[in-house]
Amino acid sequence: MKTRNRLRHLVASLTVSAVALSGSVLMAPMSKAANVELTMYSWRVEDKAFYESVIKDFSAANPGIKITFQSFPSADYQTILMSAMAAGKGPDIVHVRAYGALDQLVVPGYLSPLAANEVKGLNKYPVDALNSQRGFSDKRLFGVPFAYQSLGIFYNLEYMRKAGIQLPPNTYPEFIEQLKKIKAAGLQGLANGGSTHIEQMWGTIAPMFYGGTEFYNDVVAGKKTFTDPAFIKSLEAVQELFPYMPSNATAVSYDASRALFFSGKAAFFMGGIFELGYFRNQNPKLKFDFMATPPMSKGGKQFVSTWADGGFGINAKTKARPEALKFLNYLASKSFGAPFVQTVAQITAVPGVPIRDRQLQKAVSSINKWGTPYIMLVGFRYKNPTGSALLQTGIPNMLNGTKTAKQVADEVNKGVGTWFGPFAGKI
Amino acid sequence: MEKQNNMATRNVTRYQRPWIIAFITPAMILTVIFTLVPAFTLLSYSLYGWESFKRGDFVGFTNFERLSNFPFRGDFGGAFRNNVIVFVTLFLVQTSVGMILALAIYRLRRGKKLFQAIVFLPVILSLVIVAFMWKLFLDPLFGPISSLALQFNLPWLNQPWLGQPGLALFTLIFIGLWRWVGFPAIVFLAGMNSINEEYIEAARIDGASEMQIFRKIIFPLLAPSFTIVAILTFIGAFEWFELPYVIGGVTGQPGGSTTTMALLFYRLAFGTVDSATVDVGLSSAIGVILFIFVGIGAALGSYYLRKREIQQ
Repeated sequence: MKTRNRLRHLVASLTVSAVALSGSVLMAPMSKAANVELTMYSWRVEDKAFYESVIKDFSAANPGIKITFQSFPSADYQTILMSAMAAGKGPDIVHVRAYGALDQLVVPGYLSPLAANEVKGLNKYPVDALNSQRGFSDKRLFGVPFAYQSLGIFYNLEYMRKAGIQLPPNTYPEFIEQLKKIKAAGLQGLANGGSTHIEQMWGTIAPMFYGGTEFYNDVVAGKKTFTDPAFIKSLEAVQELFPYMPSNATAVSYDASRALFFSGKAAFFMGGIFELGYFRNQNPKLKFDFMATPPMSKGGKQFVSTWADGGFGINAKTKARPEALKFLNYLASKSFGAPFVQTVAQITAVPGVPIRDRQLQKAVSSINKWGTPYIMLVGFRYKNPTGSALLQTGIPNMLNGTKTAKQVADEVNKGVGTWFGPFAGKI
Repeated sequence: MEKQNNMATRNVTRYQRPWIIAFITPAMILTVIFTLVPAFTLLSYSLYGWESFKRGDFVGFTNFERLSNFPFRGDFGGAFRNNVIVFVTLFLVQTSVGMILALAIYRLRRGKKLFQAIVFLPVILSLVIVAFMWKLFLDPLFGPISSLALQFNLPWLNQPWLGQPGLALFTLIFIGLWRWVGFPAIVFLAGMNSINEEYIEAARIDGASEMQIFRKIIFPLLAPSFTIVAILTFIGAFEWFELPYVIGGVTGQPGGSTTTMALLFYRLAFGTVDSATVDVGLSSAIGVILFIFVGIGAALGSYYLRKREIQQ
């Protein structure tokens, strides 16, 4: 009796196990297809909550695709990403930079190229934005552009009123006059320091001096070089602003510069529109505005350095390319673009997204009217020494008085000339 | 006292030999895996052309040649010079200050442990945290040092400590010194504590002054401690990375004046968002030179200093 019972138990258990096993075997392919887990890397630590909400919305519309968002500090991001990709452990979806930094991932074949018909609406993106997501030599597309940036001047009118200034400057000479007036009143004109990000300050005013897109095109074509007097003048213009920067400016870090502005202790901050959200978050009570660098004379030509900030790409080794592509389609849609503008306060690259934020509107309008490629980022960050590196070390030396503007320009020219083809024979 | 005999050997019995091998083998395996293999890999990388992380053709010593030509000659030469300045300054100042601190603590009758702990405290702090802390201290806008200078009208203190090319490197050296001086102090103190008191007592009875005791007895007997401090300072100075990286960034601000060889290696090995692209061949060449230089320098220094050591 005991043996029979045991046998019955065994048969029952085996039957249950067999059914369960067959069920799981049959269900396996289905559940695998239905539950795909992807990872996404980004340098936007400050936007983590936003991207997680985007992913939540996407997953609600696409049940079965789970995406884990991981963000890393901006300064270390490229190193972390490159190392992960080289080790074959990179993320499925990659928040990629543009231009030279993107090319670093393109050359070793870490990114999967995108065909135009794979992402809906991609053909409506401007050519310049799409070009930012192509390699230096490999001209295929590797990412969906995500944002535009431009350089300009943030100003705090309330602070300027303390020096008797009621309106922002209409011309560049007026801007200098206002800085003089602010300094004479014992106040702080510029918040910018003279450390690494000095290149950004230079980029804000430089095109006004070297002549914007025309000069850019000439340099890229090799018709002009960086020893051109107009380029040297653009460097001297930074030197001219030095007296209006904080005391001991060459030791003032970028973070300290930003803090000086958002704490309401300086009249102007020259930098990227991408700081808009940061300033608002840091000090919601601060009343400030944004303007393009004013023209040299009333009604004169204006130029605004602009660039496409980066994009979303797919790891060439991902095992879930269709699902990653699905997410890229979502990121290229207004479902992403609209909240991106509203929450992150940046200019989306998704075409047709209305921008209601007044300051962002100003930036978009200035890009449309006066946009010119941010010369070193768009054209000269593809090989070492990059134009940016040469300026980042050259300008602080110029401000410290150890080098002249001409010497800095010469060094940029010679350095870039070692790898930039069109300069061959002209250095 | 007699000259140390480095060739002194002990009789190793048959019973001891397997144990010695058993204890040495794991360390040897780890050294091969984590030191020799990466070193030879680095050497092989330096002999190839690279595009980003993609290896190209065999190029021989081209990457080393590139380092000796424009535009990298200036960067590499400047970085090497900075490393030499760091080593010489750290060695002279750190060793002297460490020795003085050790002597002061050695002479104390009470509170030795407390002062040992105080002197050694910065050494156990993370270098990254120390660097960040000093960066905040020296911030000309929000740092306490510039506030203090303004409040008490001390213009000499209100300087761009981290913004002037001639000043920034020495400011970094000062920070490094502040953080690390406790180490030589403790090593010297341990050396002093191991000196047989009888020598000192005998000298005192013979009428030797305190300075004579230091010069003729304490200092010579500290030679083994001195060797340790000198070699570690040499290695540390030529591998200086964290401090300039946290304070001056990958471009060695201001104006590249704080760039060291390790920083240049990092910048070219991994690239940065806005200032450098990946150049594996060039960075590997720097790594090879650094490895060989530090290896040979440390070996020669160690050989030379050990020869001068005396035993009690």
